[in-house]
Amino acid sequence: MKLAASGITKRFADGVEALGGVSIELREGEFCSIVGPSGCGKSTLLAILAGLIEPSAGRIALDGEPAGRLLGRIGYMPQRDLLMQWRTTLENATVGLELAGVPRAKARAAALAEVPGFGLAGFEEHRPSSLSGGMRQRAALLRTFLAGRDVLLLDEPFGSLDALTREAMREWLLGIWDTHRKTILLVTHDVEEAVFLSDRVYVMSGRPGRVQATLEVPLARPRSLELTATAEFAQLRERLLAPLREEARAALGAA
Amino acid sequence: MNATRLALALGGRLEPRPRAAATPRAIALRVAPPLCFGVAVVALWQLYVAVSGVRESIFPSPLEVARALGRDSGVLVSAGWTTLSEILLGYAVAIVVGVALAVAVSSSRLIERALYPWLVVSQMIPIPAIAPVVVLWTGFDIRPRLIVIALVSFFPIAVNTIDGLRATDAELVGLLRTLGAGRRQLFRVARLPTALPYLFSGLRVAAALAVIGAVFAEWVGASSGLGYLILSYSSQTETADVFAAIAVLAVIGVALFALVGIAERLLIPWWQLED
Repeated sequence: MKLAASGITKRFADGVEALGGVSIELREGEFCSIVGPSGCGKSTLLAILAGLIEPSAGRIALDGEPAGRLLGRIGYMPQRDLLMQWRTTLENATVGLELAGVPRAKARAAALAEVPGFGLAGFEEHRPSSLSGGMRQRAALLRTFLAGRDVLLLDEPFGSLDALTREAMREWLLGIWDTHRKTILLVTHDVEEAVFLSDRVYVMSGRPGRVQATLEVPLARPRSLELTATAEFAQLRERLLAPLREEARAALGAA
Repeated sequence: MNATRLALALGGRLEPRPRAAATPRAIALRVAPPLCFGVAVVALWQLYVAVSGVRESIFPSPLEVARALGRDSGVLVSAGWTTLSEILLGYAVAIVVGVALAVAVSSSRLIERALYPWLVVSQMIPIPAIAPVVVLWTGFDIRPRLIVIALVSFFPIAVNTIDGLRATDAELVGLLRTLGAGRRQLFRVARLPTALPYLFSGLRVAAALAVIGAVFAEWVGASSGLGYLILSYSSQTETADVFAAIAVLAVIGVALFALVGIAERLLIPWWQLED
C-alpha cells in the first residue's frame, strides 16, 4: 500500500468537526478520487495528508510504515494555482527543485523537457498573468510533478475552468499520469470527473466528513472522452450520484 | 469557438498581453495635464498679483520669483547640492532602518508587540522641537541632519514593509512548505517578493518626507543648504528669494519621487500600477 489513512478525524479549535473518521487507501500507481458535497472536509483531508495540518486522531502510513512527519514528502496542488507573479512560468515550475537545492541549470533543463507535454511551449518566459486559465493549471501541475514526489494530492485542479477546457484537461491529465506513473489522489465535486479518471472513488458524507461509499471503476484504460457516452459509464455515475443525492436532499431538509 | 477553446486547453498559443508602449503620444498624454495645470496656476497667480497690487515682500509674482531664481542661481545651486546630498544620505539611512525594523517586527510576534507601538510613538515626536537637542548630542555636523531626515522618513517605509511582509498568501506559504521550504527560503521566495510593491509605495511617501525633513534639519543644525537659505531670506523679508529656494526644493522632491518610480519599474517589472 502506497498511502493508507485510517480513522482520520479533525476537530478545529472553534469546535467544528470537519472529519469524522476517514479511511482511504492508495496502491502504488493508482488514481483515486474523493467526491463529496461542499464543506465535507475534502480539502481538510488533503491538507492533513500533505502534512500541513495535524489530524486530531488517526493513523497515516506511507509505503507501509507509520508516516511520522509528512510535510515535504507528498506532492500537493491546492485549488488555486498559486503561481507567483514575480516569476516566469518556468521559474514557477522549477520552484520545488530550487527549494530542494537542485542547481538552476539542471532544474531548468528538467522543466524544459516537460514543457511541451504540459502544453506550455513558447510560454516558458511569460509571466503567469499572460497565461490562460487552463495553462495556469497545467503550469501548477508541472510544478507539482517536477517536485518529484511519488504521491500527488490534487485539490479540484480543474474547478475554476470552463466545461470544455475541463474535459480536455481530464483526458490530458490521464496521459500525463500514464507517462509519469504517479500515485494520485484527486478531490472533486464532479462525479463524472471522478469516474472518468479513477480506479476507485470514495464518496464522502457531509460534515463531519466520512467515507459513506467506495466504488471500484473497472473501466479499461487508456480512456478517452468518448467513454463518458457509454452505458457502462452512465451506470457507474448513477451509482455514485445516488448517495450524494440523498445527502443533498437531507441537507436541504435540515436547513 | 469550441475548436479555439480546445486548442488553447491543449497547449495552443495565446498572444502575450501587450505592454503599454512609451510612444510620443503616450508620453505627451502623461506630461501635458500636469504641465497645463501648472501653467494655469502660475498665470492666475501672476494675474492676481498684478490686479491686487500686493507688495512683493508679502506675495511676490511668478515673474519676480523667476528673477530671484536667476539672481540667486549660484547660491541656490550650491545650497541645493548640500541639501540634496543630505537628503540622499538621510533617505538611505531611513531605508536601511525602516526595512531592518520591518523584517525584525514581522519575524516574531514578540518583537512585533514590543516594537510596533514605539514605532508609532516615534512619529508623535515634534521633530522641529527635538532637532536642537539632537544637535546637542551629536555636535554641529551633518549627523543631526541625517538623524532628523531619517526620523521623519523611515516610518512609511517600515509600516508599508511590515504590511507587505504580512500580506504573503497563506496558501502559497502552505504550498511552498509541502515543497520543502524552510523559514529562510519562505522569506526569499515568497515573503520578500510580496513585500516589494508595498516597500516601494512606502519609499515614495518617504521621498517626499525626506525633503521636508531636510528643511527642518537645516533650520537648527546648519549654516548652508536650502532650508538654511529659506530661513535667512525669510528673516530679511526677501520673499521672492524664499519662493525661489522653495522652487529648487520642489524640483529635488519631484526628481527623487520620479527616481523611486523608475527604480520600481526596473526592479519589479511584474508589478504594474497603471494600464
